[in-house]
Amino acid sequence: MKPLEILKTAIANSFRSKLRTTLTVLAIFVGAFTLTITNGLGTGISNYIDSQLAAVGPGNAFTVTKTDASGGAASGPKKYDPSIKRVAAGGRPGSSQLALAQSDLDKIGAIPGITGVAPVIRISPDYIQWSGHDKYQLSVSALAGAQPQLASGTNLDDSSTQTQLLLPVGYIAPLGFADNNQAIGQDVTIGITDATGSMRTVAARVAGVEQDSLLSSSGIAVNKALSTALSQAQATGAPSTAVSAWTDATASFAPSSSAQVSDMKSKLSAAGYTAQTLDDRIGTVKTVINGIIGVLDAFAVIALLAAGFGIVNTLLMSVQERTREIGLMKAMGMGSGSVFALFSTEAAFIGLLGSVIGSAAAIGLGTAVSGALARGPLSDLAGLHILAFAPGPVSAVVLLVMVIAFIAGTLPAWRAARQNPIDSLRYE
Amino acid sequence: MPDPILAARELTKSYGRGPDRFDALKGVSLDIQHGESVAIVGKSGSGKSTLMHLLALLDTPGTGTITVDGTEARSLSGRKLNGLRNEMFGFVFQQFFLNPAASVLENVVLPLKIAGVGARERRRRGMEVLEQLQLADKARNKASNLSGGQKQRVVIARALVNKPQVLFADEPTGNLDTATGRIVEDILFDLNQNHGITLIVVTHDHDLAERFQRRLYIRDGLLITTDEEHAA
Repeated sequence: MKPLEILKTAIANSFRSKLRTTLTVLAIFVGAFTLTITNGLGTGISNYIDSQLAAVGPGNAFTVTKTDASGGAASGPKKYDPSIKRVAAGGRPGSSQLALAQSDLDKIGAIPGITGVAPVIRISPDYIQWSGHDKYQLSVSALAGAQPQLASGTNLDDSSTQTQLLLPVGYIAPLGFADNNQAIGQDVTIGITDATGSMRTVAARVAGVEQDSLLSSSGIAVNKALSTALSQAQATGAPSTAVSAWTDATASFAPSSSAQVSDMKSKLSAAGYTAQTLDDRIGTVKTVINGIIGVLDAFAVIALLAAGFGIVNTLLMSVQERTREIGLMKAMGMGSGSVFALFSTEAAFIGLLGSVIGSAAAIGLGTAVSGALARGPLSDLAGLHILAFAPGPVSAVVLLVMVIAFIAGTLPAWRAARQNPIDSLRYE
Repeated sequence: MPDPILAARELTKSYGRGPDRFDALKGVSLDIQHGESVAIVGKSGSGKSTLMHLLALLDTPGTGTITVDGTEARSLSGRKLNGLRNEMFGFVFQQFFLNPAASVLENVVLPLKIAGVGARERRRRGMEVLEQLQLADKARNKASNLSGGQKQRVVIARALVNKPQVLFADEPTGNLDTATGRIVEDILFDLNQNHGITLIVVTHDHDLAERFQRRLYIRDGLLITTDEEHAA
């Protein structure tokens, strides 16, 4: 029997007992529906986290610091080395960090795979003001290459010589703008204290308005031109040695495989630097969420296993019912392999039917519910669609269900295949 | 003289074991020539159906050998055996074994489907054989909507569709009234006489058996030379 004929016959056979097939399909439907929903939840939440991460910084960059080789108290005080400079760092009070100098940046840039190195400049502006309205405090997000979620306007242009910034939505009303659109293209003034203690101002244009997001703080994203202008203003009057010492640097690399990334990491580490990607820093959040989704998926798979026993039952009854038919076909020269293929194909088809209907229903309902949630209870988290359905995971679900159905079908199919034609024909 | 199309030597077959053991055949030898019509006659339980099943290679004998057209059946692989059953033999059973949900034509072309014949060719040959049996107008009907005689003709059509050399029939008229049974008999003998198909029929009906070239009487698993019951 040709494979296509087996497929056609199997499909026709599955519709011979409509009620029984329908009930089995329903059982699979429940499993496939649940699995698609949990999968959609996973996709939705990780999409959201990914977009939030992109708002914090680019995925293809390391934050590089100099590895502090000075050991614990036991190793005693270190000899002074005029070439090593320390700068104050965050962390516990009094802690300091080895500073990066221009020579370090050159060394980092020389590592194969690294496409660019830029020092992270801590800028501490004092206020932001728009055309004579009240002044407000601000902080500046330090990470270059971030892709914030915009409420309106355009993203920052790092190659432009124009000083640009993105205002968080929360600044719009206090600064005196009527709405987001009014702010776009307006020039604001940023006040910053220089090294001698006197106040300097830098003008910047509002390129876009940034949505509130879960991970990025209220920091204002600035383009390269503005960060340079601000750091210059801040460094005015400072000794030149302080200007060329940084706590950390951003080293960007071309999009690479994780093996390449860890290779670069180990090379940086061998050169005496500690490198972390964004995933290293925020990856734990994702791990937790993936764990929760995994548990939900496990429940769905349990439902599917129950449905699998339904398939076994349905097909065993079919085999029983069609004993004489199987005997006849074997008497007519149908091989055991074809009989096996016939019944297991029928099982896989029932699986396909249940999973396609289940997934379609889950996508329909999930999209509706997710839309309603995004407008209602979850409207504070802009851009969060709790359920998102990507073609990949959904087809993986359909495939998984079909595989489970196929496996469930092998027992009945095997029983059908090994039947002796003459015993089957005698069967009443 | 050419090889007989079917030759059996010392066939035995038993079912069960220990005290439940039942010897259906106790050593049967026979030759059937090309184009013969043979009736296997016996009472129920005499082993006649078992003999037919063995000759049709549906079952394997306990001991003894079956030779099909010069080839020892036991030496054939599973695939060859299936091919042989499919191409060389046609079966007509007492019960019709039709798929009630499928159309007459679909039922008839089942052996072709198993053989892997394409849909167009299946249809052509199916219609051809249905015409031969005057069932062409029923081709699209559901098999369940036919009368007993029509069903048996569909079964014969199904047995003939792959142009077999040997047609096996187990009580082909057992489920039919006399008049319809007569028509079915005429069809079978026509196939034997005009199309050269070897006909092997199992029956307990002595009137039907009289129409065959040769009769093999079987009792308690052994062939007997005379028609004892008829003589008695």
